Amino acid sequence: MKERPESDAIEVQVVDTLQPDSGDGAPVEEQVSTLRLVATLAVAGALAGLLIVLVNLHTKPIIDEYKAEQLKLAIYEVLPGVSRYRTLYQVDGALSAEVPAGAKATDFRQAYVGYDDAGQMKGVAVSRGESGFQDIVQVIFGFEPDSGVLLGMKVLDSKETPGLGDKIFKDQDFVDQFFARPQTPLAAIKAGSGKGAPGEIDAITGATISSKVVVSIINNGIAEWRPILEKGIPEEAQ
Amino acid sequence: MRTTTPSEDFIRGIWRENPVLIQMLGLCPALAVTNTVKNALAMSAATFFVLCCSSVLISSVKRFIPKEVRISSYILVIATFVTLADMMLQAYAPVQHKELGAFIALIVVNCMILGRQEAFSSRNTVYRSLLDAVGTGIGFTIALIMMGGFREILGIGTFFDIPLFGPNFEPWVVMVLPAGGFLTLGFIILAMGVFEERKKAREAHGEAP
Repeated sequence: MKERPESDAIEVQVVDTLQPDSGDGAPVEEQVSTLRLVATLAVAGALAGLLIVLVNLHTKPIIDEYKAEQLKLAIYEVLPGVSRYRTLYQVDGALSAEVPAGAKATDFRQAYVGYDDAGQMKGVAVSRGESGFQDIVQVIFGFEPDSGVLLGMKVLDSKETPGLGDKIFKDQDFVDQFFARPQTPLAAIKAGSGKGAPGEIDAITGATISSKVVVSIINNGIAEWRPILEKGIPEEAQ
Repeated sequence: MRTTTPSEDFIRGIWRENPVLIQMLGLCPALAVTNTVKNALAMSAATFFVLCCSSVLISSVKRFIPKEVRISSYILVIATFVTLADMMLQAYAPVQHKELGAFIALIVVNCMILGRQEAFSSRNTVYRSLLDAVGTGIGFTIALIMMGGFREILGIGTFFDIPLFGPNFEPWVVMVLPAGGFLTLGFIILAMGVFEERKKAREAHGEAP
């Protein structure tokens, strides 16, 4: 193996590809003033900033629209049979249809209340994240606030181990269990050891921690939100 | 020191000075995001875009950049294009953007790109810098696709999401994990080394290569 460049390959490369006769390429050699150095970087920085702002103006609406669309799809997925929903905000331990004046909507925990065609409230969807095997697992799930029955679950974000932990959203059999209207609180059990008790979820073999995290997120989420929901859901403005 | 022809500028980066497999530059993305061919392709495309744009821009404005601040200027140019690539991927390929995550932003510190600017674009014409960037970009893409293909086939049993084996295939999960990246890179470099040695031995014996 000959002259394989080492980690300081930049230096090696300079020698390797130096072009003494390449015409207009020779860098200016004379001493330049500090002012010119600063000016060069300032101009370059300003141009770079301008370019980024222009592209951001163009891409931001597309990105926001995509995110909103994804959230909407997820809400309809975890609240089966729902034809529309409205977003409520958790303000001072109670639900509110409006955020206090001057506050940003994204600063408040949000609950999505779903209604069917007849205007009947079908369930509430909330999202919650907890530490999984690798990183925070973010889950959105829907449930009936009165009975505590789970309606559906979708993993929004996870970095769980490919091939093992990622089965919490890739293994359809596992996911389907959350759509079979189990009674909460759920209990993650070893697959096949179920006694038919309500709320049993067969954990994924080889991904027990990831499975338990999903169950824990749902249990803790419902425990946190039910008292708030019991205080009443604000009426819709007519 | 020697001079090169434009075609050599182009070819060099693809094989003889392949950035990943020979120069060992840009290994971070090569190890981190090559668990599937799709991710490898998205990363290659983003890197290719940044490399070509930076090379063209830097070779055209090199006269105006004092040599004392050239590295900062190059990084500024590269970072700008990376940010643009990041925003555009997020807007037009959100699924891939989510998979690649932070590694898009880390293209800024891919030493392969800075290396080409310092070694080539800063002292060559726009045309030849573009050829060099395209060649290097293709070399980078080839290396990443090789790794991505190898790891996806063994680790998931698919190629470009197309299942290759029957349902009884048991995936080697380790291949899509970081350890599989190191193993794959090691084996590919080993294979290249053996290939080069054989070629040298043949040439030494005066046979036709």
